[in-house]
Amino acid sequence: MTPIAAVAREPVRPEDVAAAFRRLGYDFFTGVPCSLISGLIAVLDSDPDCAYYPETREDAAIGLACGAYLAGKQPVVLMQNSGLGVCINALTSLSLLYKTPALLVITWRGYQGNDAPEHVIMGDVCGRLLDTIGVSYRVPEPATLLADLQWATDYQRQHQLPAALLLRPGVTR
Amino acid sequence: MNLAGALRALQPLLSDAIVVHANGHIARAAFNVEDRLGNFYMIGSMGLASSIGLGIALSRPQQRVVIYDGDGNLLMNLGSTAMIAHTAPANLIHLVFDNGVYASTGNQVAVSQTVPLDRIAGAAGYRSSVRVSTPASLTAAYSAAANAPGPAFILAEIEVETGPFEGGRVTHPPHQIRDRVAAAIGA
Repeated sequence: MTPIAAVAREPVRPEDVAAAFRRLGYDFFTGVPCSLISGLIAVLDSDPDCAYYPETREDAAIGLACGAYLAGKQPVVLMQNSGLGVCINALTSLSLLYKTPALLVITWRGYQGNDAPEHVIMGDVCGRLLDTIGVSYRVPEPATLLADLQWATDYQRQHQLPAALLLRPGVTR
Repeated sequence: MNLAGALRALQPLLSDAIVVHANGHIARAAFNVEDRLGNFYMIGSMGLASSIGLGIALSRPQQRVVIYDGDGNLLMNLGSTAMIAHTAPANLIHLVFDNGVYASTGNQVAVSQTVPLDRIAGAAGYRSSVRVSTPASLTAAYSAAANAPGPAFILAEIEVETGPFEGGRVTHPPHQIRDRVAAAIGA
């Protein structure tokens, strides 16, 4: 078990991620797409039992998820880290203030600085941004993704707060 | 018609509706008219009252959901008119109190003075969209919306008010607002 072996591990199949979502009780999906999780969004979108609502902005998705939570749902919000910048006020003055949980699946463009220029600065700061506003998160490897999903679920239940998974390229697809 | 007058006219019609209130004067004025358990007072996150209301409406199709929005709030999240039209929840009434200004911060001009939000909603695809300017026409529009499949959009023209705002701030802590509304929904 060298670090190289862990890095080289294949991405987790989107079907397996979606199945884990459902097994853990998630039943309301919204967000704004990212190419890093296009497969996962396609799987969620094609699930006849559970709607995926394509939102127009990431902060609106946070609002939609808050409403769903108030109505008894267990929501997931999927977005690119560029959208995290859009969401800061929604997270601080709605989700964190009212204590309305949601699983935030945030893709990590600009990971290790290797990406198109528009992603490099947010790629550098997105983890610190989550730390600064007080959103707890983990950065899964393919081998830890399902365990980290369990952690995020337990964290939301314990603290009644959102929790995030910051997905670098290659964790799923 | 002023904001408090419009809210007082609507209050007897709300029944068991869940009402999501935009931040600022709308939430504060409604809190002072009647502090209903089914009132969600959004005190921050400007723009998102319509998204929160839509999330409730989509999750509880049998529950009447009303959004008390402001023109400034809706202008900040115009994409929600597209989302509401696209998802088309039959149980949703989107009511915008439009005074053409940012009243809570001192009546600064809003572009709704020239841009008709009701026509944007109608063009987006709400099942109905009307503009009213008196308490009688407002209550008639609300009753019509409540008795037909939505989503319905109602733009209520509201007078600009000057002088200090009468009515205190919402006193419930945010997590209590959350719990009251969740209980009213039966979640």
